[in-house]
Amino acid sequence: MNSAANILVVEDEEVIRRFVKATLEDDGHRVHEAENMTRGLIEAGTRKPDLIVLDLGLPDGDGVGFLADLRSWSSVPVIVLSARVSELDKISALDAGADDYLTKPFGSGELQARVRAQLRRRGNSAAGESEKVTLGEVVVDLGLRRVSRSGELVHLTQLEYRLLVALIAQRGKVLTHRQLLKEVWGANYVEQNHYLRIYMGHLRQKLEQDPARPHYLLTETGIGYRLSAEAENQ
Amino acid sequence: MLVSEHRPDPDALLASLPRPRGRLKLFFGAAPGVGKTYAMLAEAQEKRAQGLSVLVGWVDTHGRADTEAMLSGLDVLPRRQLDHRSKVLAALDIDAILARHPALVVIDELPHSNAVGSRHPKRWQDVEELLASGIDVYSAMNVQHLDSLRDIVGRVTGVEISETVPDHVFDQADEVRLVDLPPDDLLHRLAAGKVYLPEVAERAAANFFRKGNLIALRELALRRMADRVDGQMKAQRAISHSVPVWATSHSMLLLVDGRHGSDCVRQCLRLARLLGAPWHAVWLDNGGASADERSAALAALQQAAEQGATTLVLSGQQPARLVVAYARRHNLSLLAMPAPLASAQLQRALQQDAPDLSLLLLSSQSSEKQPKRWPQWQLARRGWLASSLLCAAITLLASPLHGVLEPTNLVMFYLLGVLWSAVRYGRGPAALTAVLSVALFDFFFVQPHFSFAVSDVQYLITFVVMLIVGLVAGQLVASQRHSAAQARQREAHTRTLYEMARELGVALLPEQVGEISTRFLHASLGGSVRLWLPPDDDGALLPQEGADLGEDSAIVRWCYDRAEPAGVGTNTLPNAPYLYLPLKAPMRTRGVLVLAVPDRALLAEPDNRRLCEAVTALVAQTLERLHYIAVAQQTLVIMESERLRHSLLAALSHDLRTPLTALTGQAETLQRQLARDASPLAAQAATLQAQSQRISRLVTNLLEMARLQAGGVTLRRDWLPPLELIGGTIAALGSATASHRLQIDVPQDCPMLYADPLLLERLLVNLLENALKYSPAGSTITLSADATSSHIRLSVTDEGRGLPPGDPAELFTIFTRGERESSISGVGLGLAICKTIAHVHGGTISAANLPAGGACFSLLLPLETQPELDFDPEKL
Repeated sequence: MNSAANILVVEDEEVIRRFVKATLEDDGHRVHEAENMTRGLIEAGTRKPDLIVLDLGLPDGDGVGFLADLRSWSSVPVIVLSARVSELDKISALDAGADDYLTKPFGSGELQARVRAQLRRRGNSAAGESEKVTLGEVVVDLGLRRVSRSGELVHLTQLEYRLLVALIAQRGKVLTHRQLLKEVWGANYVEQNHYLRIYMGHLRQKLEQDPARPHYLLTETGIGYRLSAEAENQ
Repeated sequence: MLVSEHRPDPDALLASLPRPRGRLKLFFGAAPGVGKTYAMLAEAQEKRAQGLSVLVGWVDTHGRADTEAMLSGLDVLPRRQLDHRSKVLAALDIDAILARHPALVVIDELPHSNAVGSRHPKRWQDVEELLASGIDVYSAMNVQHLDSLRDIVGRVTGVEISETVPDHVFDQADEVRLVDLPPDDLLHRLAAGKVYLPEVAERAAANFFRKGNLIALRELALRRMADRVDGQMKAQRAISHSVPVWATSHSMLLLVDGRHGSDCVRQCLRLARLLGAPWHAVWLDNGGASADERSAALAALQQAAEQGATTLVLSGQQPARLVVAYARRHNLSLLAMPAPLASAQLQRALQQDAPDLSLLLLSSQSSEKQPKRWPQWQLARRGWLASSLLCAAITLLASPLHGVLEPTNLVMFYLLGVLWSAVRYGRGPAALTAVLSVALFDFFFVQPHFSFAVSDVQYLITFVVMLIVGLVAGQLVASQRHSAAQARQREAHTRTLYEMARELGVALLPEQVGEISTRFLHASLGGSVRLWLPPDDDGALLPQEGADLGEDSAIVRWCYDRAEPAGVGTNTLPNAPYLYLPLKAPMRTRGVLVLAVPDRALLAEPDNRRLCEAVTALVAQTLERLHYIAVAQQTLVIMESERLRHSLLAALSHDLRTPLTALTGQAETLQRQLARDASPLAAQAATLQAQSQRISRLVTNLLEMARLQAGGVTLRRDWLPPLELIGGTIAALGSATASHRLQIDVPQDCPMLYADPLLLERLLVNLLENALKYSPAGSTITLSADATSSHIRLSVTDEGRGLPPGDPAELFTIFTRGERESSISGVGLGLAICKTIAHVHGGTISAANLPAGGACFSLLLPLETQPELDFDPEKL
C-alpha cells in the first residue's frame, strides 16, 4: 500500500465531492477540493497534488479545457469522472492527457482501486525505467528486446513488439485507439482501428493464459486498451 | 422510428441499379433457307434441356417440317392481334415477354418491320428493349438485311431490300453464329421443296435464288463475319495493350446534302466501321436548299444519328471555312463528301485552309430523283410581277429624259431597279429585272431604237454588268437574309435558354419549374408542355398542374423507367402525338416532360431537338437541385432534433446519475464502515447498497432504451473481433460471473464484426446477465461465435430451465419477463434493448430452447467484407 498522497478533487456537485473525499480519506489520503475549473487550476498549481480526480462537466468549462491547461505544466495523474451518455467525451479527455476514467455511478471500491493503480504507476515511473517487466509468467526484456513465457522465448513480430512496448511504457493508463495507432503505426493510421484489434488479438494469443479473458492486456470497450498496472518492474 | 431507417438500405440501392443487359445471339446467314431458324431452335432446345426458361416469341416455320419438329416442347408465345384498317395483323407481344421475363426468348426475322400501332417501328428495336430489361435473345437475319450492305446487295442481285437492320445491332451482338450452306446444297434444298412451298420455290429460283446471286451473297456474309472476328481481335488487342489503335484524330466528317443523303451516309458508315472511327455528319445550309432538299438532308442526318454519328446543321456561305472550323473543333481528320458536292473551288479552298485534312469523295449513284429546282416559284410570284412593273416604270420615267441624259446614265436607273429588286425579292426576280432592263434599254434607248439589234458593241458591257450586279446582289441578299433568319432563331433559342436558366435558378417549387418550362417552350416552339413527376422516390408518376394534353401515362412510365425519349421523332412509338422526354439529372431520372407541338416537322429540325434537350436538361437539374434542397432541409431538421434529444438525455442522465453516484457510493462506504465495526446495522447497509445498485442498473437500462428508442442513435461502427467482444462482456460483468462456469467457443479464424462496440457489448452483457439470472449457479454458460458465408452468429447458451412457454419472439418486447411474479430482479427491458441494438445493426436476434435443456439466444449479424492489412507483419 502506498503512503498517503495529496489528492485534488475538482467536482461541482457537492454530494459527489463529499463522497469522493470520504472514500479517499478512508484510504488515508489528504484531499483538497475545488468546485470549478478556475479554482481547480489554482489548487493544482499551489497544492502540488499527487493525483487529480476531475469531473468532466464543470460550470465554467469542460474537463478537456482543464486538461489542456494542466498538461502544459504538469504530468500529475488525472482520473476523470463522467456522467455523459457518449464515450466521445472520455476519449477526448484521454486524448487530452487524462490517465483513467470512471463512469457515474461508480462504487467507492472501484474509485479506490483506480486511485491506487495510478499512484503505484507514478511510483513505478519515479523509480526509473527498468530493463525487465513481468506480466505473470511472461517476462519482457526491454534491453535485449526479448519476450519469454515460462522461460521459453516467444516470437513477436516487430509491430507486435512495438505495441507491447507502447503499452508497457504507459502501463495502468488507458490508451485510446488513436494514441496507440499513432504511436505504433504512425499518424496515417489513426483511423485504421482494425490494425490495432488484430494485433492486440495476436498479442493476447501469445502472452495471455486465456486470450478470451485477458488478465494484463485489458480492453476498454469503445475507448482503447490498457496494460494492467499489475505488470511489475523486475 | 429510428434514424438509421432513413439511411439508404444497401439492398434497395442494389435493386435500383439497372439489371445487367441480356445477351444477343444472332444466327446469320447468306440467304433464306440455309437453316437459321432450325439452328436457332436447336440451340434453344439445348438451353431448355439445361433448365433455362425459354420462350419462343416469334418463329415462322414457312411450313418446313423439320423446323416445325424442332418447336415441339418449346413454349410458344401467342401473337398479339392488332386491328388495322379492318385488317387483323399479327404482332410480337413484347409486353407479354417482359411480363413473363424468361431467361431466353427466341425471336426470328430480326429485320421485320412491325405493324402500325406497335410500340417500335422495327423488330430490332423490340429486341433492344428486351435486352435492356435483362432477357437474353436469340434472333436470325440474312446478310442482305444489313443496312450498310443494302445497296451492294441490291446492285448484285437486282432485288430491292426494304427491311434492314442497322449495323450496330449486328456489331454489338454478343455472339454471331454463321449458318452456312454451300449454294448447290441450298439449291437442292429449294428444289426438294424444303425451303418454300413448290409454287413459291419455282418463282424464287428464277429470281433471287440464282446460283450467281447465292455465291455473291455467301461471299458477302463470310466477309462480313470475317470483319467481325477481325474487329473482335483488334478490340481484344486494344484492351490487352491498353493502347487505342485509332486515336480520335482519325475521326471522320461527312458532308451531306439533300441530293446525296442516305447513300453517302451508308458509304460513310461502312468506312467508319472499317476504320473503327467515330464520325460526324453535317449539312451545310446556305439557304439555297428547296424544302424537299432540306427535308432529305435532315432525314440523312437523322439516319446518320441513328447509326451513331454526331450530327449538326451548319449555316453560312463559306462552306470551306465552316467545314474546316468544325473539323478543327472536333479534331476530325478525314472529310468525306459526295463527289458532285466537291466543286473544284471548294477543293481548292479546303486545300488552302486545311492542307492536313484528307478529302474523300464518295461516289453517288443515287437512285434518288433529282428534285425540281425552282420550287419557290410560287412564293416569289409577287416578286416577279413587281419586278416587271418596276422595269416598265423605269422605262416610262426614263423616256422623257432620253436625249437630255447620256444613255450611259439612263442605264444607272435600271441598275438601281435591279438592286432594289434584288434586295426586296431575292435572286430570281433580280435576274428577271436585269434581263428585262437590258431588253427594254436596248429596245427603247439604244440605236437603232425600237429594235433589239445593237449597233454599238460597247453596250454589251452594260448588259453583262447589269446582269452580274443583279445576280450577285440577289444571291448576297438572299443568303444574308437566310443567315440573319438563322441567327435570329438561334439567338432566340439561346435567349430562351438563358432566361429560362435564370428563372429556374430561383424556382423553389416543382410547380414553378413546370410553369416556367411551359412558358418558354410555348414561346419558342408554340407547343404545350406538361411535367410528370414522381411524388416521392418511388411511386406512380403524377402530372403537374397544367392543360391536360391527353398524354398516355403508360408511355410516360416507359420513358421514365428506361430514361429514353419516346414519341414523335424517336424510335419508340414514333406515331404517338407527343414527344416524351425523360428528365435525366446527374443522379437519376427526375420525371418526364411531355411536349406537344402544333407541327411535328418542327421536331425534325436538329436545332429544335437540341433546344428541347437543353430545356429538359435544365429542368432536370433544377428538379434535382430542389430535391437536394429538400433533403438538406430534412437533414437539418433531423440534426437539430438529434442535438436537442442528445442534450435532453445528457441533462437527464446527469441529473439521475449524480444522486445515484452519491447514494451507491455512500451506501458502500457505510456498509464497509459498519462491517468493520461489526455493527448489527451492517446487514441493513448491505441491503441499502444492493438496492441502490439495482436502481442504478435500472436507470442505466432506462436511459439506454430511451436513447435507442428516441432515434438518433449514431452507430460508431468499428471492426471488432468476436473474442475481444466476448472478453469485454465478461470483464464488464466482473465478479457477477463467478457463480457460473463460462465456456468460450470462438474459432481461431472467425471473421471480425463491423459494429458499434459499446452497443454490442451492452447486448451481450444483457444476454449474459439473463443467462446468469435464469440458470442455476455452478452450471455452464457457453458464449460462442461462428460465421457462415453471409452472417456471423453470436450465441449465449445456458443450462437453465429454458424459455417460458409461448412465442419466444414475445420475450423481446418491452416489459416482458419470463415469469410475471418472480423474485429475480429486472424489468424486462434488457431483451428489448438487445432487439433494438440488433435491429440498428441490420441483424436479428432470436431465442430457442435446446433439446438438451436450457435456452439459447443468438444474434445474427450480416458479415461484412473484411478489411485488409496492407503489409505483412512478418516481413518487418
